[in-house]
Amino acid sequence: MTTEAEIETAPERPKTVDLAAEYESSGVAEVLRELDENLIGLAPVKQRIRETAALLLVDRARREMGLAHETPTLHMSFTGNPGTGKTTLARMMAGLLHRLGYVRKGHLVTVTRDDLVGQYIGHTAPKTKEVLKKAMGGVLFIDEAYYLYKPDNERDYGQEAIEILLQVMENNRDDLVVIMAGYADRMDKFFAANPGFRSRIAHHIDFPDYTDAELLKIAEVMLRDQNYRLDDDARQAMAEYVALRRQQPHFANARSMRNALDRARLRQANRLFNEANGPLDAEALSTITDPDIRASRVFRGGLDIDRRTEKGTAE
Amino acid sequence: MRITQGCFSFLPDLDDVQITAQVEYCLGNEWAIGVEFTDDPHPRNTYWEMWGNPMFDLRDAKGVMMELDACRNAHPDAYIRLIAFDDTRGVESVKMSFIVNRPKEEPRIHMQRTDFVGRSQKYAWDVRG
Repeated sequence: MTTEAEIETAPERPKTVDLAAEYESSGVAEVLRELDENLIGLAPVKQRIRETAALLLVDRARREMGLAHETPTLHMSFTGNPGTGKTTLARMMAGLLHRLGYVRKGHLVTVTRDDLVGQYIGHTAPKTKEVLKKAMGGVLFIDEAYYLYKPDNERDYGQEAIEILLQVMENNRDDLVVIMAGYADRMDKFFAANPGFRSRIAHHIDFPDYTDAELLKIAEVMLRDQNYRLDDDARQAMAEYVALRRQQPHFANARSMRNALDRARLRQANRLFNEANGPLDAEALSTITDPDIRASRVFRGGLDIDRRTEKGTAE
Repeated sequence: MRITQGCFSFLPDLDDVQITAQVEYCLGNEWAIGVEFTDDPHPRNTYWEMWGNPMFDLRDAKGVMMELDACRNAHPDAYIRLIAFDDTRGVESVKMSFIVNRPKEEPRIHMQRTDFVGRSQKYAWDVRG
């Protein structure tokens, strides 16, 4: 209840706002710079994040002037193939929302179906609530969210978790932000079956696959972070690797790159161990060469199991 | 009679904002928070009923407040307290405990004095409605 006396004693509302200054002082600029520097490619995603940041900044200014009172709906859905940076971006989003004051603590709680859904009657609600309590004041990231809903089993406990989630998403909008992630087509089906979610999620962000050039750049950044480097032949081999790997099954964008590099490092270590017959310098220890990469099974048509199934379907 | 045990019990009852601030302090020290309730506030009644498990790994007081509200709804006329458990090696004990809900009519603690052998006296206390 607001009485006249309270209105008179209320603190003076600002008459104007300097958005550029707000942008710098809130730390949003820093997060967006970090986003630009650390994430390669993903231009449409970055554009959406920038737009969202602008919206939130303006909304905050409006609230300070007393033009808006409601907390905007901030729940989001991230759709895209595996390894396109959804989790990484969710973490940055948590930082961004925290700097803007939309979440109090700014931590990220990552869960999947197993963390929310119980195994027997009466197990789901406490389990889901437990997770929600931990996520309060931060961002709840539900990976592979479409697994929550299993239409073929009407007694599935996922429905119970969904109901609790919907309720909290509606009632505790000030306390936590929910981000759901998954493959685009399955998430579409999930939202179609649960219209409650679609209406409660304001921001749908689609993550495109990386191009070959971007993946090569990502691989190089990953190596640089670990103080490794590719020599010229190896870079050429890596470019061919990316193109070949994409056509093979279980391709997971940046994650495939990380795995490939882990195996290349293994081969490099083996090679050094077998070949070296004198002291090695830092240069030799940190250079990945052409054979380290070309030894990969990707150049011979992928894993043996996958090749067999391909032949099987061809026949 | 107003029962005084735990922190802040000589102060006026804390409101939700103040409770939230105290919980934030506890979480800042990485203590786990538990909600407990009882209808027997006798000082010797150390073990109150637990309202769910103690909450570990919380980051924000809102999670505790949700449980507290649920407990208040279920037991509006009980004593409810929050306890903060410190799991640091060598402490492993309750560091802080305070009452956050009281019945409208609090019971009396009644003292019974009894004569004993050789003019000595024995005292007993019980809770009377």
